Amino acid sequence: MVSKDVTVSNERGLHARPAMQFVDVANTFQSDVTVAKDGLEPIEVDGKSVMQMITLEATKGTVLNVKAQGDDAEAALKSLVELFETKFGEE
Amino acid sequence: MSAYRVPPTACHLAYFASMEIKKGIGVSSGVVICTAVVLDAEDLLIPKRLVEAEQIPREIERFDRAVADSIEDLGKLKDSLTLHAGEDVAGVGGIFDFHMGVLRDKVLLRQITDEIKKNRASAEYAVSTVMRRSANTFLAMTDRYFSERVKDIHDIERRLLRNLIGQKHEDLLHLTSDVVVIAHDLLPSQTAALDRNHVKGFASDVGGRTSHTAIVARAMGIPAVVGLGNITSEVSGGDIVIIDGTRGVVIVNPDAEQLVEHREARKKQLELGKELADLVDLPAETLDGHIVSLQANIEFPEDVDDALTQGAQGIGLYRTEFLYLASDTEPTEEDHFEAYANALRRVGGRPLVIRTLDLGADKYTTAMAQSPERNPFLGDRSIRMCLHDIPMFKRQLRAVMRSSVLGDVRIMFPMICTIMELRQAKMVLNDVMEELEDEGVPFRRETPVGMMVEVPAAVIQADQFAKEVNFFSIGTNDLIQYTLAVDRTNEKVAGLFCPAHPAVLKLVRDTIRSGARNSISVSVCGEMAGDPLYTLLLLGLGLNTFSMSGPDIPEVKKIIRSTTMEHARQVARRVMSFDSERQVMHFLREETRKIIPEAF
Repeated sequence: MVSKDVTVSNERGLHARPAMQFVDVANTFQSDVTVAKDGLEPIEVDGKSVMQMITLEATKGTVLNVKAQGDDAEAALKSLVELFETKFGEE
Repeated sequence: MSAYRVPPTACHLAYFASMEIKKGIGVSSGVVICTAVVLDAEDLLIPKRLVEAEQIPREIERFDRAVADSIEDLGKLKDSLTLHAGEDVAGVGGIFDFHMGVLRDKVLLRQITDEIKKNRASAEYAVSTVMRRSANTFLAMTDRYFSERVKDIHDIERRLLRNLIGQKHEDLLHLTSDVVVIAHDLLPSQTAALDRNHVKGFASDVGGRTSHTAIVARAMGIPAVVGLGNITSEVSGGDIVIIDGTRGVVIVNPDAEQLVEHREARKKQLELGKELADLVDLPAETLDGHIVSLQANIEFPEDVDDALTQGAQGIGLYRTEFLYLASDTEPTEEDHFEAYANALRRVGGRPLVIRTLDLGADKYTTAMAQSPERNPFLGDRSIRMCLHDIPMFKRQLRAVMRSSVLGDVRIMFPMICTIMELRQAKMVLNDVMEELEDEGVPFRRETPVGMMVEVPAAVIQADQFAKEVNFFSIGTNDLIQYTLAVDRTNEKVAGLFCPAHPAVLKLVRDTIRSGARNSISVSVCGEMAGDPLYTLLLLGLGLNTFSMSGPDIPEVKKIIRSTTMEHARQVARRVMSFDSERQVMHFLREETRKIIPEAF
């Protein structure tokens, strides 16, 4: 299993469009993907489910932990982290 | 509002029908324990339907097909939009992508198919249950952008349901078992088309003591709680719900303890009801022999039967709006006549006061609303609307006059503000009588004509009006609204809406006095007449006709039969010396409690 912390830097947080992008990318891999948020109510969701991703309520500045487990975990994590680094193609 | 949040982790998938207690405004007393049907704005009614084990694969297949159809719909919608705009300027395409993404969400789809498999639910019910549960998770979010995604969830749910049901809406007219109706707000057109034998209670998101839902519930004598916030999203069709209209509480999926407690309460209430029922055949006579008339307000001819069982001595207010609201087209003269003849057959020689169309902005259905008014309560409503559409007004008046030979019909004009309006309305009535005479159609020329007193102007000029009508009927709901400048349906200011305001009481007193001076009868037909808190006061002010919802009659009668005119007059004198509604209510509560301790 591999994991990495990322920070949401999009102005409107991980809203519908970036959440969709994340799920679309996650679904191209065999590995299981989960995303966790710390805080008062720590939660962990399925990274291949857009409904669950939205329920993270990840606003700008939120730190998320992305995990991948499976044969192509390394590649999956790399692609997913990249999405955050490029702000999902937003300004 | 529920504070608990379903954590969207693996245990998100497990669902426990947890008990939920919600507080609202009790507007029609009584307790009922029943299965819920939920109406949303589109009238979609999702019944809990268990399917046979062998039907499960079929339900899953139906669901899969609805998902595929919904995705296809969305794809087409997106194409047509981007085709129009050339490019996706507003980012609307993204919304469709998101909706399609949700419909492809394997976790969500599995939740729904699990619901079908494990609970043997119909596809519709499974969709509605799972989507509403998800909606609740969104509602609990603090960030506005995220909590507003609940709209998307509702949207997706509706799309799925539409595809499942194939536009075939179930209606409330063909129920086979008892239900309580959960709605955002009941529209008049919905209440007109419901099966009165099977609907046992109402609960709604919005509304106040005088909202349409409240009035209909009281007329039907069933419990109702309004102003519950978002009850429609927290109840799924088929849930067991307790509606306690006396305490203003709704309990969703009650536990065993709650069930027992409420069954007890219901038993007690039925016993009290029986005690009051013994009063039915006794006159509304004070201990010192003063007799008043207790009448009922009705909405449908069929309501007459219940009203008489409750001891009504006539119908003091027959609201005719339902004729207009029950269908999409304006009622014909025959539609009117049939309804009036029907009511007269049932009322059997007792008085029937027919109020002409009193459609106001608060009662419009969207289909009828022409152009939105900026200030509808001060706009083109009621008698004003009738005088702007004489042919429509005449159709109703002709039917009223034709029915006048069948019983003791009285006609009443609503919302009269100026003497010219009254004269105009009477002129139209005269025209109608002349026409009928020319046609050789029988009618009773001396049919009494009265007016509603529901704007302060009518009270101030009461002596002038009294010379031109046979009776006054005080509509307290509107009188309060127009005197205190309060929109009673606006939850933020509804608290200011109070019959006990000394200014309102002075207007009521002056109207009763003016009637006495001019020897015409005066009744009160607003909610105030049926509220036991005001019985002593109104009696003491000299009111001789009270018209109220049928179920309120026994309690009001009990108060009247337990007091003397002398005492009631003392109460009234005392009340009129107070300067605040709080004093008034406090004093009246004390006095009334002395007579029926169980009332408050």
